[in-house]
Amino acid sequence: MKPVHCTLTAFALAILFGSMNACKPKSAGTAVSGNAAEKVYIPPGKYDEFYNFVSGGFSGQLSVYGLPSGRLLRVIPVFSLDPEKGWGFSEETKPMLNTSHGFVPWDDLHHVNMSQTNGEIDGRWVFVNGNNTPRIARVDLTTFRTAEILELPNSGGNHSSPFITENTEYVVAGTRFSVPMDNANGDVPINTYKENFKGTISFVSVNKDDGNMDIAFQIETPGVNFDLSHAGKGPSHGWFFFSCYNTEQANTLLEVNASKNDKDFIMAVNWKKAEEYIKAGKGKKIKANYAHNKFSEETHTSTSEMLKEVTVLDARELEGLCYFIPCPKSPHGCDVDPTGEYIVGSGKLAALIPVFSYTKMLKAIEDKAFEGNFGNIPVIKYEAALHGEVQKPGLGPLHTEFDGRGNAITSMFVSSELVKWNIKDLKVLDRVPTYYSVGHLMIPGGDSKKPDGKYVIAYNKITKDRYLPTGPELSQSAQLYDISGDKMQLILDYPTIGEPHYAQAVRAEKIRDNSIKIFKIEDNKHPYVAKGEKETKVVREGNKVHVYMTAIRSHLTPDNIEGIRMGDEVYFHVTNLEQDWDVPHGFAIKGADNGELLVMPGETTTLKWVPDRTGIFPMYCTDFCSALHQEMSGYVRVSPAGSKVPLTFSTGTNLPASDTAAGK
Amino acid sequence: MKKLFITCVIAFILYACGNQGESNSSTNGSEESKPVTETTESGNPSYDPKRGEGKFENVELPASLDATMAQSGKQIYEVKCASCHKLTDERLVGPGWKGVSTRHRPEWIMNFITNPDAMIDKDPQLQAQLEICLVRMPNQSLGDDDARHLLEFMRENDGVK
Repeated sequence: MKPVHCTLTAFALAILFGSMNACKPKSAGTAVSGNAAEKVYIPPGKYDEFYNFVSGGFSGQLSVYGLPSGRLLRVIPVFSLDPEKGWGFSEETKPMLNTSHGFVPWDDLHHVNMSQTNGEIDGRWVFVNGNNTPRIARVDLTTFRTAEILELPNSGGNHSSPFITENTEYVVAGTRFSVPMDNANGDVPINTYKENFKGTISFVSVNKDDGNMDIAFQIETPGVNFDLSHAGKGPSHGWFFFSCYNTEQANTLLEVNASKNDKDFIMAVNWKKAEEYIKAGKGKKIKANYAHNKFSEETHTSTSEMLKEVTVLDARELEGLCYFIPCPKSPHGCDVDPTGEYIVGSGKLAALIPVFSYTKMLKAIEDKAFEGNFGNIPVIKYEAALHGEVQKPGLGPLHTEFDGRGNAITSMFVSSELVKWNIKDLKVLDRVPTYYSVGHLMIPGGDSKKPDGKYVIAYNKITKDRYLPTGPELSQSAQLYDISGDKMQLILDYPTIGEPHYAQAVRAEKIRDNSIKIFKIEDNKHPYVAKGEKETKVVREGNKVHVYMTAIRSHLTPDNIEGIRMGDEVYFHVTNLEQDWDVPHGFAIKGADNGELLVMPGETTTLKWVPDRTGIFPMYCTDFCSALHQEMSGYVRVSPAGSKVPLTFSTGTNLPASDTAAGK
Repeated sequence: MKKLFITCVIAFILYACGNQGESNSSTNGSEESKPVTETTESGNPSYDPKRGEGKFENVELPASLDATMAQSGKQIYEVKCASCHKLTDERLVGPGWKGVSTRHRPEWIMNFITNPDAMIDKDPQLQAQLEICLVRMPNQSLGDDDARHLLEFMRENDGVK
């Protein structure tokens, strides 16, 4: 053997050994193995592979994480006040939280669904639900801000939402708590549930160009609790599936009384049929009162409009609109596989997971293979729609996501594990523990036509000993698993905000390059904008005082204001004149029973301040902006009601001492 | 030899397979995070303190003022520059503009307006200025035409007619 030959052989062998090792499937024994850190480590200055949008539960906000690092990148305020960002404190954002109940400063945000085109996540918007005071919000992914919030009438709590159709034609909502319709007399005994309480499903249309939402129609159903939902896709596009529990129609001690039936339902809704009925004029317009709030990036201001009417289709009268499929024991998750053929119901009290077939369901409807009806809606025979059951998957199945390789992964709340199974043959392939009591789980794109099956995340309900103790309450834990091999491998544990329910993730490139850096000052159409210090002024209108203020590194203009009197309402309209990325200025004034402002470059934002005493009030920039940030401040002088101190304002001009000292 | 060649090919395929996870996980960093220093072959900074750094090489100016451009420059000045620069020689946040169009070449001014961060990092005069002002001139997102119009306004301020 020639020397060169020999070297080459050695080289080839060396590579062979190395690479065989790399391609070998990971064994079960490697849970939290040596290479876990390597898989989640993102070096300083490098970006994560995925954006992960995670519901904040009872925090009412939406958090954004990078994957696989688990780093928290942003908390986007949606339904709850956020003093950090002035959300719900600035005059511009207050209308976003308006409802038919008035200003509602909190909600319970459970689910996240990203807009899709052709069944794939397109990175334009994130939709989220408000569970308590029923609402749907749309977050714009160019600004990472809440752009729109729509209240839902005839609903007692919006849980099975905001799931969307494959081209974002509709985002849906279903009432968790059935209640009397808004236009009916609601002052009825609670134990008249069966006669007076109704369920509704809302189909909210989404404008293709600007994302604006509008309730296209509502479907009225018998009173039940709608829990979760997912749209059909591919062949089943045109259908929507909702899990329902409390088909017992109990109104008290649901823990026991809503757990009696062996089977509750998946409700299949033919929304293409609904569209036909609407076109044929079968919808009833009924009186309603609900808020539609929109934020304009042109005026940097939101508006709230009260809408007075909604169109309702009655599922009990309109044939072919809705069907019930029996589903064991209080189904929770209702998930459709990437092909659109299989619908997985997760009976949270069931010891098996039923998988329904869309094709068989259609056949059953055609053959009228019904076992009866519920509230005049046909109930399909269980066996007639069933593809099969996953036997002994674990305890307490809740939610299912798909890896795009023919497998499903289901979260098991009671037995604290993720269970991977094959959709076709329903065999369990792998199981891995979670710490502890997993609720939702998420695979990037895992409910779309094109899952990106590299990771699954378990969002756990119980944390216990996972982190350093922090008193009685602990951050809820998320766990990241590598699912690229045959075995799921735990690679990261990290805390979350509020209570994470559902989440979504998408490859960073779908969003990253569309993220805007500044608002162009030239395009600012805020009615109180000051485009440059030349336009700054202070204007009195009766007891309202408008301060047209600018902020730039590092001074406020004007920064000396006198002539404010007790009884005045002062509006600081702060325009940030910066035009560079990541240079917001903050604004706060002593004693304001309000939050701060955080003003983005090129934006105008308003803080209302009602002085409660006379004296000198410092104001300053709250967001460290430059070496002279500590100097970015000013004073407001408040005089008694009826004072003769003239209204003056300035920056950089000390008035002669004699003019101001007396304060007459 | 043929056999060896095949072994090598297989080895490389497997090697590529083994590396897949690695190449997927090394994600793109931001362009901003790349170091901006450029050096010549001799290792000395290639920075030209007369021209500055940016897209403008050689800006030819007419002897007389273009009043329309200067007017547009004035409007931009009032929105984006006046907070920090006076039209006299008095310093506010940054230096006053009196005489600026004669102190610097036109391409230096236009490069600085459109590419401030890179120039503050390299330009000796700007670094000296930063020690006095302590606030880096912000990037005010000005386009090429904006920069030209501002320059014309500076010329007007310096007495060009």
